[in-house]
Amino acid sequence: MTAALKVVRPGLFDTLQDRGRIGYMALGMPTAGAMDRIGLALANALAGNPAGMAGLEIGVMGPDLLVEADSVRVALTGPLSPALIEAPDAPPKPIESDRSHLLKRGQVLRVGMIEGSSTAYLAVAGGFALPAFMGSLSTYARAGVGGFEGRKLQANDSLPLKLDHAPPGEERKLAAPFDYGHGPVRVVWGPQEASFSEQGRATFIGADYRVSKEADRMGIRFEGPTIEHAVAVEKGGADIISDGIGPGAIQVPGAGLPIVLLADRQTVGGYPKIATVASVDLPRLGRLLPGQTVRFTAVTVEEAEKLRREQEARVARTIADFQPARPAGGIDLARLYEENLIDGVVYEPAPA
Amino acid sequence: MSVRYLSCGDTAFTVEFGNQISPQINGQVMALHGAIGAARADGALKGVVETVPSMRSLMVTYDPMATSRAALQPEIDALISRGLPAEAKTRRVTIPCCYDDPEFAPDLTEVAERTKRTPEQVIEGHLKSAFTVYVLGFMPGLAYIAGLDPSLYLPRRSEPRVRVPKSSVSIAMNMTVIYPFESPGGWHLIGRTPIWLFDQRREQPVFLAPGDHLTFERIDRKTFDRIAAEVEAGTLDWSTLVKE
Repeated sequence: MTAALKVVRPGLFDTLQDRGRIGYMALGMPTAGAMDRIGLALANALAGNPAGMAGLEIGVMGPDLLVEADSVRVALTGPLSPALIEAPDAPPKPIESDRSHLLKRGQVLRVGMIEGSSTAYLAVAGGFALPAFMGSLSTYARAGVGGFEGRKLQANDSLPLKLDHAPPGEERKLAAPFDYGHGPVRVVWGPQEASFSEQGRATFIGADYRVSKEADRMGIRFEGPTIEHAVAVEKGGADIISDGIGPGAIQVPGAGLPIVLLADRQTVGGYPKIATVASVDLPRLGRLLPGQTVRFTAVTVEEAEKLRREQEARVARTIADFQPARPAGGIDLARLYEENLIDGVVYEPAPA
Repeated sequence: MSVRYLSCGDTAFTVEFGNQISPQINGQVMALHGAIGAARADGALKGVVETVPSMRSLMVTYDPMATSRAALQPEIDALISRGLPAEAKTRRVTIPCCYDDPEFAPDLTEVAERTKRTPEQVIEGHLKSAFTVYVLGFMPGLAYIAGLDPSLYLPRRSEPRVRVPKSSVSIAMNMTVIYPFESPGGWHLIGRTPIWLFDQRREQPVFLAPGDHLTFERIDRKTFDRIAAEVEAGTLDWSTLVKE
């Protein structure tokens, strides 16, 4: 029998994502990929996977997943509230996020709601046994490609797993939740800051912008004061000759409100882009919820590159500092024996 | 040749060759796209992730963990000053388009009013335009096709639509585009083609290519439905639309 996680009840917007479909933008193919690359990287590391493996990106509310494998190690990252494990013969047990868990056949993982973020991740040890499209498992739902049948998960989907039992090893957790940073979102001016008046640029940097309800994997429309173009909109001030759109580009159409373009963004576009979110803060954008408010502040390209390198070093330290995680309620000897039998390998339980 | 470098954050920059849409400028863009690809194949330009051509510029994306803007820009400059070869290639493509169903052409009346023409004159202007595909982008298979009759130039809508149906034929500025998928979009919708610009069942999923010369052929709703059924079933003979 094929090992799988079966979707008993879907969440709101669950898609498989890796680090993106790289190298096909010239054909008009968006990269897609994880909205919060750090959340995915940490989930993979907790599950013992390479950083670039595809995991399940959970949007706002997660699915209920039935384990149809002897055992599976999953890792959850993101502020879940909290997830539950249910089995036919036991009461529901709350489980923590930011750590790995060993699940057994017949158990149901109820991922539940995310609180204070739009995005959480679930990685499974060994990954999903699904075919890559153009070199990536990232789901791009608008074209119906990648991931599981090119779409978000639905009830009764069966996600095939590479492994039908969890590899030996102890469960691990983050020593502390990862700090994504606070304060204004760092941006680099350009590519078309010259399409905006001095006053328009000052508005963009000085004002609060609220995430509207139109926020998804493609981008976030913000509400707030309108940004003045340098040339009147009726005279083409909000039109440019279409050019490439990098991750985090902030386009401002004629209506004057900024749209930050994210993972599923189009590859080129014809609205002027006043600035681009520094890559260090893209994971924060990928976690924003409607109604939350941000401010933008400008940094140079060199500063943005330096901030990104420091953040990647911090992600590496976070992974190096993983702590052993004891099963909830203390060491379950019966379970340990059982897993040792399944694995055929005896290993030391986590130190108490 | 002088180019401008525009910042796209700390993971990309755009090399801009000019401020107009012209075959010469677009040729330079495609040539740099090719030259960077060749240099990378030879192991040079470490840290470049990919390049994205558009009408008059090339976006270069990079990994700031492997390189930096300060290291990369002079290398690109050196490539350009060594001289870029020109490119040439033509196919003639005919796109069937139904303009006569109001569901397909919700903006036809508004375009006619704003260009001070009748809807019929708008359709005639679109049919007599000699189009060339300049670039693919925005989404898989979407081609930016320049050469619209000057009588029909309009800026895009100030507020993009949240949903534009698949295979909508639209105009703005001096261009026409056909939407390969349902998606948001800010162009004026004046018709719909039964063909799909992206079909992942085909060996070459993307139909149009940069450099294609293109004209539209007016079809009625009945013909639209017949061709649409063939496209859906995967039985359409696409070669009837293309002359090499």
